Amino acid sequence: MKTRPNYLAGIGAFIWLAIVAVPLYVMLSATFQTRAEFGDNGPLSFPTSFTLQNYVDAVTSGFGRYFLNTIIVTAGVVGLVLLLVPPLSYAIVRSESRAATAIFRLFLLGLAIPAQAVIVPVFYLINTVGLYDNLLGVILPTAAFALPICTIILSGTMRDITPELYEAMAMDGASPARSFLRLVLPLSKGGLSTIAVFSALQAWNGFLFPLILTQSESTRVVTLGLFNFQTQFGVNIPGLLAAVTLSMVPVLLAYLFARRALVQGLMGAGGK
Amino acid sequence: MTTTLANRRRPARAGGPERGRPAGRSGSSASRPGFVWALPASIFFGLFALVPLIAVAVLSFTRWSGLGDPKFVGLKNWEALFADPVMLQSLWLSLLFIVLGIVTQTPLSILLGVWAAGNQKNRAILSAIYFVPLLLSSAAISVLWRALLDPNFGIPGQMSWLFGDGNVLGTQTGAIAVLIFVGMWQFTPFHTLIYQGAARQIPPVLYQAASIDGAGTVRQFVSITLPQLKNSIITSVILMVVGGLTTFETVLILTNGGPGTGTTITAFHMYQEAFRRFDFGTGSAIALVLVVISTAISFAVVRVSGYDKMRSSMEGL
Repeated sequence: MKTRPNYLAGIGAFIWLAIVAVPLYVMLSATFQTRAEFGDNGPLSFPTSFTLQNYVDAVTSGFGRYFLNTIIVTAGVVGLVLLLVPPLSYAIVRSESRAATAIFRLFLLGLAIPAQAVIVPVFYLINTVGLYDNLLGVILPTAAFALPICTIILSGTMRDITPELYEAMAMDGASPARSFLRLVLPLSKGGLSTIAVFSALQAWNGFLFPLILTQSESTRVVTLGLFNFQTQFGVNIPGLLAAVTLSMVPVLLAYLFARRALVQGLMGAGGK
Repeated sequence: MTTTLANRRRPARAGGPERGRPAGRSGSSASRPGFVWALPASIFFGLFALVPLIAVAVLSFTRWSGLGDPKFVGLKNWEALFADPVMLQSLWLSLLFIVLGIVTQTPLSILLGVWAAGNQKNRAILSAIYFVPLLLSSAAISVLWRALLDPNFGIPGQMSWLFGDGNVLGTQTGAIAVLIFVGMWQFTPFHTLIYQGAARQIPPVLYQAASIDGAGTVRQFVSITLPQLKNSIITSVILMVVGGLTTFETVLILTNGGPGTGTTITAFHMYQEAFRRFDFGTGSAIALVLVVISTAISFAVVRVSGYDKMRSSMEGL
């Protein structure tokens, strides 16, 4: 750690803070202004009126439904990830079979498969099995694409469990399943919460799969709702920004509660 | 990828000599999970990510409009693609986006990351704010910026000395500049985080030695910090390449590929061919181009970043 303050970086940091914070401030202040006032004074002026009408507009335009759909998708994705990733990571970390190594390599490769690259066949597949325009059809591929990063994060955590603990379990005659339930899962709580938060964030912010795989109003998720609002309410910018703000609230709340888990996951995602 | 099995099995914390496995190999393997534990996730992942990779190659030789069954047409889609000026332009645009993204984001993230790795109190609060854009969906960010840049109601109207007539997204240069800026706004936090983690791991003794030798802050940064961050720079740049190649929502929502085809990058071109013109064969061919490029990059990721050495991601936090 440096002992002297780094002025150059410090100045840069404060300039960047302004670039990050000003648009967010403009967004918030716009949502509490009437359309007329926003149009007259422009986005950079201080609000003189205060109204919640924009939020009412956003909610009555179907945002409640979109939220419910996004919550369903997010819960489904997190559920699948928590069901599939722990046994996989356990096998990767503890199995002696060469196949487990090969599978880990495969998931590493999967990190860089862009969803766009496979969206046509996924569309074909979802169509064929009759899940088009069904939230389950969004959940399945979203979860699949969350697997590689979650596997890497969780197997990193599981690697920190010392061999002595496994040996102690083995001496007590524990089966692999028993070791998994009594030792690995309890000791991986940190990693489990990280992958839960991480996959939830991916699912909540997902756009491409819902765009391609759903169609009707009843399956629309929040991100698509925003996209739709843009064309629908093009000139009602305060209303549009109220919808954007609403879409951010759950994520920001989650960030407040799970900051550590999230930052750990992201640092893990970047490697060292 | 010549990492040995023995190396992989070593627990992350064991810095010293590898501990022998008591009770011998056969004894302890009784308590080890079999391959079958990996199967459910692997099958699931295979179905939605790996099988489609093969399917996209097959579909690229077919004509399919979304209805009925795909028809085999040989190399027709590929011939059309090579003759398609938008495709060629989209590859150049993708390259331009990637290069501009790296050039704008890397110096800033290094500076911010190294700064945030220090240990003053207010840094924690500030870095909490820095990370906010990282949490937001690309859709929300794009809609936000599109509203902020609206020619009639947005910021450009108030700052005509900077933005001229205010229609920033109306010209190709303006649209590209906006996309680069929004990418920077959105992704700098992520790369900052990478550098922050790496900068924390630089041994303080290096700086102490440099201080004794009379090296100033800038000199220390250039001679110690930057070389020590080399691996992180490589990782971060590779991730930027992959990210830049697959940028999609931002283009769709902010510019819709325009003006004209001025910001139609390859991923967006694929979407247009497949899901707007219902030409899934050509769309698949473009997708395959994306697959080939990104697979090559992913090999580089695995090799360069040290992911396959499986170091713990929890250290240093």
